[in-house]
Amino acid sequence: MTLPLFPIGEDPGSNFAELLRRSAGGRAGPAPLSRPGADARGPVPRSDGLPGFVHGTTIAALRTAAGVVMAGDRRATEGHSIAHRQIEKVFPADRYSAVAIAGVAGPAVEMVRLFQTQLEHYEKVEGSSLSLEGKANQLGQMVRANLPLAMEGLAVVPLFAGYDERRRVGRIFSFDLAGGRYEERDFHATGSGGRDARNTIKLGYRADLSEEEGVELVVKALYQAADEDSATGGPDPLRGIYPVVAVVDEDGYRRLPDEVVAERFEALVEELRQPLPPRAAELEGGEHR
Amino acid sequence: MSMPYYVAPEQVMKDRAEYAQKGIARGRALVATDYDPGVLIVAENPSRTLHKISEIYDRVAFAGVGKYNEFDQLRVAGVRHADTKGYSYSREDVDARSLANLYAQYLGQVFTHEMKPLEVEILVAELAAEPGAHQLYHIAYDGTVVDEVGFACLGGDAATITARMSESYRQGWPLAEALAACVAALAGPERTLGPGDLEVAVLEQGAERRTFRRIRNSALSALLGASEPSAGPGEGGGG
Repeated sequence: MTLPLFPIGEDPGSNFAELLRRSAGGRAGPAPLSRPGADARGPVPRSDGLPGFVHGTTIAALRTAAGVVMAGDRRATEGHSIAHRQIEKVFPADRYSAVAIAGVAGPAVEMVRLFQTQLEHYEKVEGSSLSLEGKANQLGQMVRANLPLAMEGLAVVPLFAGYDERRRVGRIFSFDLAGGRYEERDFHATGSGGRDARNTIKLGYRADLSEEEGVELVVKALYQAADEDSATGGPDPLRGIYPVVAVVDEDGYRRLPDEVVAERFEALVEELRQPLPPRAAELEGGEHR
Repeated sequence: MSMPYYVAPEQVMKDRAEYAQKGIARGRALVATDYDPGVLIVAENPSRTLHKISEIYDRVAFAGVGKYNEFDQLRVAGVRHADTKGYSYSREDVDARSLANLYAQYLGQVFTHEMKPLEVEILVAELAAEPGAHQLYHIAYDGTVVDEVGFACLGGDAATITARMSESYRQGWPLAEALAACVAALAGPERTLGPGDLEVAVLEQGAERRTFRRIRNSALSALLGASEPSAGPGEGGGG
């Protein structure tokens, strides 16, 4: 290795992806998020529901009075079977923002790693961090760069949320496959159970939710998504696996401890529990001993 | 065609070294030391925004004296090296020693082969997992690397500052005491340095992965005040 110094015209500035591209020269492997073997066009198997590609599923985020709450279930599926029971889909992007991923797990996790490095790299090189909107745009560009892969089935759909230090509010951004970046007013959920999660949040949402209420609502949303969608994992008290719930406010990113999330789910299950349906014999009023 | 005059290589090297030393001596100095839970770096720097001390990676910091544009270029190269390495391998694989060697290689190369040597001296510090094992690499303009023990002084007047530091240094001292000693060593007997003249940063293990932290404004005033109640520059770091 030598020190990565560039002539003035070729300096990648504070762009980490560009730095990799320029300094690699094949040395550090292929540039990130490019189609493997892009020149030799061969059939890449489509991944929809087929074995071979691991998919991550439901993620949700909502705004509270103090910031944002973000959550994701823990299941990854491969075709119709469960590939992993405890993968993580919610990550800190930097101190004041979080990113969650749905879609094909491989490129998604890679995208998160690149995004995290990019934000930190920018902050160190420039001496100040990007604005929240700047960060969202960066992520949008990465999703856009993934478009060729997405067309072949390796789609990644992230959700980005954070605390805007300049405006002093929480903000949420959603993305589409083409890198389109949309700011959500109150909440958003995506992935296979996203629709169910979104509907649940919609029914319980208020603009001035406290952090506690926000967590409660997002937990309920994930529970309902898991209830309706086979690819979304619900709480798993047997193995002690619970969805990841994170909060971002003016104190930064904070992942809630598993015990707290477990308690929330227990309370929710208690609330939803129904008495066992009466047996036929009891209906008749007869006693059989 | 005229033949170039013969100049003895000794003379060439001597001239270059002199040139670099002069350039470095024009700037202000910097001191780094280990203290009880971390590494402290103190620089004399009246600017709030043009930093001499910066973060390279989770546990690695950089500091430079001399010509700003030259050491800043080295700093950015260090960040690039560390981020690329951490991204292609793992965060744990980034260390100060390999970066110090790269800097040394580059500075040595420029010193022997280029017209003008770099007028900088740099420090690469790494926070170790166990106390007392922190690393301070001092790299000179000609590529000489010194693995400093306890503390390191960089800059024009380094010899005098080192003499002052070796009198006050004690292993495992707390932050406030270490800071006061560093400031006193930088200032010398005739001057006093307030919070507005200083740039201070530490590598210290907290809850977060990134251990680099700047100490400025009121926090710096408080820390300086804690060690020396009579000196009251108070506000100082308003900007």
